[in-house]
Order: sequence, then structure tokens, then C-alpha cells
Amino acid sequence: MFPVVERRMIVPNVHVLSIEAPEVAESARPGNFIILRPDEQGERIPLTIADWDTSAGTVTSVFVQVGASTAKLARLKPGDRIPSYAGPLGHETEIDRFGTVLVIGGCYGLGSIHPIARALKAAGNRVFALIEARSSYLLYWEDRLRATCERVVVITRDGSRGYKGHVTRLAEILALEGIKPDRVIVHGCTYQMMEISGQTQPLGIKTIVSMNPIMIDGTGMCGVCRLTVAGETKFACVDGPEFDGHEVDWEEFLARRESYSSEEVEPLHRSGCASHF
Amino acid sequence: MSPVDYIRRPMPKQEPFERVRNFDEVALGYPADVAREEASRCLACKKPGCVDGCPVGIDIPGFINCVAEGDFAMGIRKIKETNALPAVCGRVCPQEEQCEKNCVLGKKGDPVGIGRLERFLADWEAEKGAGEAPPLPPLNGKAVAVIGSGPAGITVAADLALRGYEMTMFEALHEAGGVLTYGIPEFRLPKAIVRREVEYVRSLGVRLRLNFVVGKTRTIDSLLDSFDAIFVAAGAGLPWFLEIPGENLNGVYSANEYLTRCNLMRGFRFPAVDTPLKRSARVAVFGGGNVAMDSARTALRLGADEVHIVYRRSREELPARAEEAENAEEEGVIFDFLTLPVRLIGDERGWLAEIECRRMELGEPDASGRRRPIEIPGSEFSMSMDASVCAIGNSPNPLIPMSTPGLDVGKRGNIVVEEETGQTSRERVWAGGDVVTGAATVISAMGAGRKAARSIDQTLFARR
Repeated sequence: MFPVVERRMIVPNVHVLSIEAPEVAESARPGNFIILRPDEQGERIPLTIADWDTSAGTVTSVFVQVGASTAKLARLKPGDRIPSYAGPLGHETEIDRFGTVLVIGGCYGLGSIHPIARALKAAGNRVFALIEARSSYLLYWEDRLRATCERVVVITRDGSRGYKGHVTRLAEILALEGIKPDRVIVHGCTYQMMEISGQTQPLGIKTIVSMNPIMIDGTGMCGVCRLTVAGETKFACVDGPEFDGHEVDWEEFLARRESYSSEEVEPLHRSGCASHF
Repeated sequence: MSPVDYIRRPMPKQEPFERVRNFDEVALGYPADVAREEASRCLACKKPGCVDGCPVGIDIPGFINCVAEGDFAMGIRKIKETNALPAVCGRVCPQEEQCEKNCVLGKKGDPVGIGRLERFLADWEAEKGAGEAPPLPPLNGKAVAVIGSGPAGITVAADLALRGYEMTMFEALHEAGGVLTYGIPEFRLPKAIVRREVEYVRSLGVRLRLNFVVGKTRTIDSLLDSFDAIFVAAGAGLPWFLEIPGENLNGVYSANEYLTRCNLMRGFRFPAVDTPLKRSARVAVFGGGNVAMDSARTALRLGADEVHIVYRRSREELPARAEEAENAEEEGVIFDFLTLPVRLIGDERGWLAEIECRRMELGEPDASGRRRPIEIPGSEFSMSMDASVCAIGNSPNPLIPMSTPGLDVGKRGNIVVEEETGQTSRERVWAGGDVVTGAATVISAMGAGRKAARSIDQTLFARR
């Protein structure tokens, strides 16, 4: 059993969850994910790692409450114990000296891009961040990104902070801000990653996306997380989760992401984030 | 001397119409009197061929004699000298190709039901609660890690625990048992039995670390700092697909996904559990092995109206155990032999709607000795289906080979070992089971574990 160290709603519907799992913390790298079960009847849920602390032996993820299983996670309290917590899984983010890198986050990705930004900076890159939310009150961890990145650009759908609109304005915003990235890395909902990949392709900017399909074991065994990348079937759990966004078959991915929506994420359609899946 | 009895005693089974509506075990096991009768058929050969046919070399005539005499406690003890998983092996071993194939009675009649008697003793012991851990020797100061808690891993953990090693067994999933837990359905191997066998191994002092993904949580190299030797039995956990158009449609499953949702995650109880499992009306299962039979029978139990096994060769080449194919047929599974799926066609929402197939005929024998199926041009036809399950095999799980420099791996991703010892190209690292052979049987994995345990013991002992 794995003790819950912290579970806190940081902005409406978005929670941080820190679990004591020293061996996972020891091996965690930017871009990895974990799989947990909230209780004995629970599903196996993949969550991207947003931070870790090797001295405390804790691993932190950010999740959006969308369905029955994340509702269970949202009820956890410090001191509770969850039966499964396995990881770190998937390949870590490729970190190298790329030059100028723009990290983009939305939803849970506002959290998980931070360790990536940190590692990119340590590797000698100029790192910019672009964060997106429906409204300013849904932004979190901006301070962490500001401490790491040369500049943090904000977009809100309602214009309550930064640029008004959506990542559909990406090319325009890059020009206005004078940011010329050699690489873009996006952690966010499927729609956002797809949209950004579509924007960066004509600009010729290499774009890495962190795919978040349905998973069960997370070790390559079941194949439910398969997607088509550059015409080949890949398993997000062992071949990814990060892929070149210009090579992903998004239409197929969106359809597969929906395959259990009536059973699993049905309550999602009542949340404001519905259009994002 | 009594005349030779050539007729095997039948084992009671749940009736087909009844069992397709539940997930309870199909075969019910011999009652004690029938078991004694069946055991009395054994001729106690001086040179027992059955033992040669057993990958772990169980003293078969020995335990059968105990059953015939009614000394069941002694019988189960004899089996456990060489086999830590009798309740499992008695159910899922292909005895007809191993021990029972060599039984002299089989020349003129039915071979002795060795598997059924093994199962009888294991179940008798469980029911009596008479399971006793054999006395353990003092710890010898050496620690061995076992990666994977399936049949190969369990065998090594038990064998070496009994020789005084401090054993730790790592399991990536949240329940132990490997393919016995996620793969084989409840109706063929009740999970309570797997749990009991795992408990037995734990009673030998084996430490079980669940939710620990070796290759990710810690690498083999990192574990070598804490253990004197490592046995890798991570299984064949990378499913193959047919590589035909349409395989990423919704409603298209690997057998691993379908069975894992049902067995490990208990999806058949959804929504009492959170993991969903679609209840599809028309299901096609691709492949002809035991996993295909398991998938088809699972689909029926989930309430499908029609379930097809689509297999490119003929009935004679079916790799499944005859008993399993018969069970499937009795339950109403439809067999489409000499049929090759060539394309999966979806509806406008991305769900499987139809499968297009081509008829086959058999040509000359191929490398496997089976007649090669050849496509008949122009024979295309389609069937409307709302789910398909691909059960054509698995490659070894890649996590350990990917994360272990210097570990030699074959073409299909299998870890290369010395046949007789299970030793890999890395010092202090052994491997066995499906991660070496690709998907095979429970008992062959146990046989590989047995050999590796012996080799690990000899190697570490020599170093002491």
C-alpha cells in the first residue's frame, strides 16, 4: 500500500496528488508517467509525473477530475493508502541542447511541463513557456515556470489574463512575442496537442506531444494504448508516451480515446473540459 | 491379476447451457472414489514413460499409487517435491502431449488421467486445509531476485527458498501470478487457486513486491547491487496484431487486453468494479490456440449472441488443447476454419462493423510441419461483427531487454539463454519461461525455472 502524502484541489477541478513511493521517486525523470489504482475495485489510471522528491521519497502528479475513477482520487486524504502505484513508466522526455525550446501546457500539463522546462534549462537551452486555460483562475504553478523559464506567455479563453483565445493563435503569438523555437513540447489535452501540431507543422518546428490514451498495464502487455505514428502502430506506454506531433494520426487517436467514454468518462461531458476530449 | 482397464473415468463438468451464463469453473474434478478407481488403472510401469514426458519430472507412478491406496496426503507431498503448482498444472497442462502421451494404456485405450489426478490431490489438500510448508533450511546468506511472478518465477522462487536462499519476487502488476492471473480465465483456472499457490510460495519465506516494474522502477543493473543473482521471467507480454487495415478501430482488442480486463481487472463485474468490458453482440476471435478459445468463451459468458473463431488452417492444425476446443464448441462457439481476416471495416464513428475474410486451402507442410495455408483468390466475403479479439501470439516483454545493456536478445525480442542452464549473456542473470521462448505452456516455463534454479544454486554454491 502506498501512503497519500497530499491531495489538494489547486484550482477548480484540478488536484495535486503526492504519494510516498521512494523507489519510483528515485527513478523518476521528466515526461515519465505512473499507473495507480485508487482502491481495490479501481481502474488502473495513468498520470504524468509532475514532480518528485527523492529525499522525501514522494512523487507528485496533477490530475483533472473527469470521471468516476478520478472522482475517487479526488476524495483521497493525506494518510490514506492506495493499493497500486507503479512507475516510472514510459520513456523520459528527450533532453538535449536544442537551442530555444517552447514548452506548452494545458490542464494537467501545466504541472508536468515544469520538470521538463527545468531539465531543458539545465541542459543549456533558452526555455520559454506558454500556458493556456479557460480563465485566469484555472492557472497554477505559474510561479514555478517563471522561476525556470525566460518568459511565460499566458493565453486564456476569456481573455482574463494574457492573450485572449486559444492555441489556434499560436503562430501569431510566437511572432508577436518574437519567440523562434527550435522545438516545442506540449503536455495537455488531446485537442490542444493536435491543434498545436497543426500550427507548428507549416512553420517546420519539431513538436513533441505527450500522448494520453487509455491504458491498463502500462508495460506493453495489452496494447490498448496503441496509436499510429508515421504510419506505424506504436504503444504509447512503451514506445512513448512522447511522439512527434506531426506524425501522429490524430483522428484515429481521438476515436480510440473515446472508446469507453460512455462507461469511463461519461461525467466528463458535464464538465467544462468536454470539448477538449 | 485384474484385467487391464482401458476406459478413463469421465470428469463431471458444468452443463454447457448452464456454464455459458457464469464464470465458474467448467470442469468440476473427480470425487475421491472415482479418483481412486482412475488411479487403479495405472500399470506402474518399471520404466515409466509418463515421467519422461513431464518437464519437471514429477514422480507420477508414485503419486498415482498413493491415490489408488487412498493415501492422499502422501500423494500430494510426492507431487510437491518437484512441482510447486499442482492445482494449476492439473488444470492447464497439455497432458495429452506430455505425460499422458507416453502412457502405455494409450496404445490400446485411454491413458491414465494423470492431470485429473494431480488436480484431485491439490484440491483435496486445499479442502482439507492440510497444506503444510515443508521444513525450511537455515538461510544460506545469498539473496536472489525473481522478476515476474508467473509459473517460471514461482518455480524458481520456491525451489531456491527450499535451498535456503533469501528470495524476493518482483511483479509489475498489482496481483501475483502472471499469465495465470491476467490471462487464463476464471472458468478454466479459478483465481482463488492461483492465490492459494502464491500464498504457498510466500509461506516458504519468499518476499513478494507487487507494483514493481523491473526495467523501470529499478533496472537489472541496479538490482545486481542488492542481489547475488537474478532470474528474469517477465513473460511474453507484447501482443501481436495481424497487421491488416483497420486494426486500430474501436472494438478491436488484443487477447491480452480482452482477457486482462476480464481476469485481472474483473471487468465482467462492471459496474461493481470500475474497469469496463464491452458486452459485444457479435465477436470474432482470430487464432486457434488456447488463448483464442479462452477469449471466445469469455465473449460468450459476457452475453454475446454469436462468437466465431476465425482460423486460417483446419481443425487438425488447431494448436489449442482438444479439450478446450471441444468445450468451446459445446458452448456454441462457431469455428470458421481455413479463413483469413484480411481487412477490418469500421462505421462512421470509428467502431468495428465488418470483417473481410478470404478462404484458404492447405498446401505443402511448412517449417512447423503443418500444411501451409494458401489464400484462394477471389474468395473474399465479409461478416458483420462489433468486436474482434486478436489471439495470434505475443513477443517477450521488451522492458528488461531495453534497459539491460549486454543482455543478448534474439530476433523476436526473446532473451537468449544457454539451453541447459538458463544463463543469459550477463553474469549473474538467468532467464526462463515465455521471455525466452515466446508464448508457450505453463509447464514448459516451470521446467525452464527448474533448470535455472539448479544452475543458480550450483553457480552461487561454487562461489561460496
